[in-house]
Amino acid sequence: MAEEKVDSTGYWKANVRLIVGCLAVWAFVSYGCAILFRPLLAGIPVGGTDLSFWFAQQGSILTFICLIFFYAWRMNQLDKKFGLGE
Amino acid sequence: MSQFAINLLFVGASFALYIGIAIWARAGSTKDFYVAGGGVHPVTNGMATAADWMSAASFISMAGLLASGGYANSTFLMGWTGGYVILAMLLAPYLRKFGKFTVPDFIGDRFYSNTARLVAVVCLIVASVTYVIGQMTGAGVAFSRFLEVSNTWGIWIAAFIVFLYAVFGGMKGITYTQVAQYVVLIVAYTIPAVFIALHLTGNPVPMFGMFSTHTESGVPLLAKLDSVVNALGFRDYTADVDNKLNMVLFTLSLMVGTAGLPHVIIRFFTVPKVADARWSAGWALVFIALLYLTAPAVGSMARLNLMTTVYPEMAGEVEDYSDELNNPILYSERPGWIRTWEETGLITFEDKNDDGRIQLYNDDNPEFTETAEEHGWKGSELSVNNDILVLANPEIANLPPWVIGLIAAGGIAAALSTAAGLLLAISSAISHDLIKTMINPKITEKGEMLAARISMAGAILLATYLGLNPPGFAAQTVALAFGIAGASLFPVLMMGIFSKRVNNRGAVAGMLTGLIATLLYIFTYLGWFFIPGTNMLANTPENWVLGISPLSFGAVGAICNFTVAYLVSKATEEPPQEIQDLVESVRYPKGAGVATDH
Repeated sequence: MAEEKVDSTGYWKANVRLIVGCLAVWAFVSYGCAILFRPLLAGIPVGGTDLSFWFAQQGSILTFICLIFFYAWRMNQLDKKFGLGE
Repeated sequence: MSQFAINLLFVGASFALYIGIAIWARAGSTKDFYVAGGGVHPVTNGMATAADWMSAASFISMAGLLASGGYANSTFLMGWTGGYVILAMLLAPYLRKFGKFTVPDFIGDRFYSNTARLVAVVCLIVASVTYVIGQMTGAGVAFSRFLEVSNTWGIWIAAFIVFLYAVFGGMKGITYTQVAQYVVLIVAYTIPAVFIALHLTGNPVPMFGMFSTHTESGVPLLAKLDSVVNALGFRDYTADVDNKLNMVLFTLSLMVGTAGLPHVIIRFFTVPKVADARWSAGWALVFIALLYLTAPAVGSMARLNLMTTVYPEMAGEVEDYSDELNNPILYSERPGWIRTWEETGLITFEDKNDDGRIQLYNDDNPEFTETAEEHGWKGSELSVNNDILVLANPEIANLPPWVIGLIAAGGIAAALSTAAGLLLAISSAISHDLIKTMINPKITEKGEMLAARISMAGAILLATYLGLNPPGFAAQTVALAFGIAGASLFPVLMMGIFSKRVNNRGAVAGMLTGLIATLLYIFTYLGWFFIPGTNMLANTPENWVLGISPLSFGAVGAICNFTVAYLVSKATEEPPQEIQDLVESVRYPKGAGVATDH
């Protein structure tokens, strides 16, 4: 029981770390690249407009998909590593 | 075969499919009724979630919003997809592990409080009912345009079909019909978009075509669009926005609102395992993205198509647009699709300067007035309702009649699938949380099933009534649904999982604070209970606090909720041990092991 307790604390910490990392990328592409950094990225042309516009209408959505699959894949590894999977 | 017969055939065939599925997937137990027996494959659930999520608004209105707003309306794209990232990481897997049927179930148990449960039920019902009104009216519009029946009949037919598969099939019937509805709606959305992209850019993939060269003029499509709308006095399509704070908060509000909407959350209760809930959120976003990545292409291309239909000379290689302004098309030579949609009143033309030509420009722009006067224009003469862009796409691109039939079936599928998901969320909150948990815990399984079916039927009748008599504020209610879900439900759900310290008092105080703050802000600008004329301040950017629009306030409400819940919990006693154990147990996928061993 005691062992399992230690394990589960480590598992939860690893999960929270992973979430913080993923959400940092999530915020960076949507609020950063697509909205706030637009003046900075205005010089990078993409198909008749700039990189920020692409991030706002395409890039952020594609990143979101990658993030969820990455998270699901990493969590499956953590489930196995800590023996907490189903 | 006439267009009407083709539409009837496509819509009729899709209905036959849904009813067939309903007969095959009858619900035998409450578990079937609430969570489809808990055995839905993650990819299947992802597809059903996508149909559940993509409403009449996504299918019909979003491309129009993008076409009219350009870059500024990217908020809808990011907000309605980014919510799935936080749903997948912060809510779905843990709520699946908790393993019950509804969202108030978790809030009531985790915060060991029937007050919290009741507040959650009320929030859920208000958010879902306001949302379902739009679906019923959307279905009504699609019926009346394509099947030549009255709006009233359209809504009754839609209600009857939903009744058949939702009341008998419950979540099980809804899940498998939603899969079929997803296929119908995505095919219907994509085919016209591919042909339009091919026609304008030579690239068959709309999401790439949008960023490639416009064949007729040889310049990039978006640059072409910017110069055309600019020549007519409109803002550049890709123009940046001034108020970044509002744009950020609006996107955030849509994201937390998406993650907090109960009809989306309960879809993740239907998969067998916690790991499946994570994968399923990813698949849901893939299926949603197929439409959301295409929508901006449809929006920008439809806007360009509309402009070059009115000013044909603007489509080619043009250095300076001033000459081309002289030759808009003659009203008598307008294309067939304008004629068709004029009959519905969604396109209107008024020849203000009696020259027999159509002028379309921005008559609100003072800098453009001089140019307009030089040309003898007396105001923009064509007004086009944004909602028709997707529906009119096949006609604009000259596609065969069966594509129009497909669009009709797709629009109706989008409205029905979302309506069914919302109705299930409402009925399970009533039969499970109110009747079974709070009023009569001794009710039998059979009795609860009956209660669930009766409340579903009641919810359908209410939705039909509201669809037939939409309250004047129907358009504003989206802000209400997202505001409530984001400011009230999302924060307590997240805190219930990520903090062991937040207790019953904190949760109730937080939910009420988030809810009341958001409602007050919305009502201040949009009127008390949306009654026109009762707003205390005009709804204009100058009056907004820090330039935050009422639509964007959900994120602020959520922050208030988090803060109050934390402070009140700190000041009061810790939650009892068994609640802390419950929090432990939802954090780990494995069995109920860790928690029940204590």
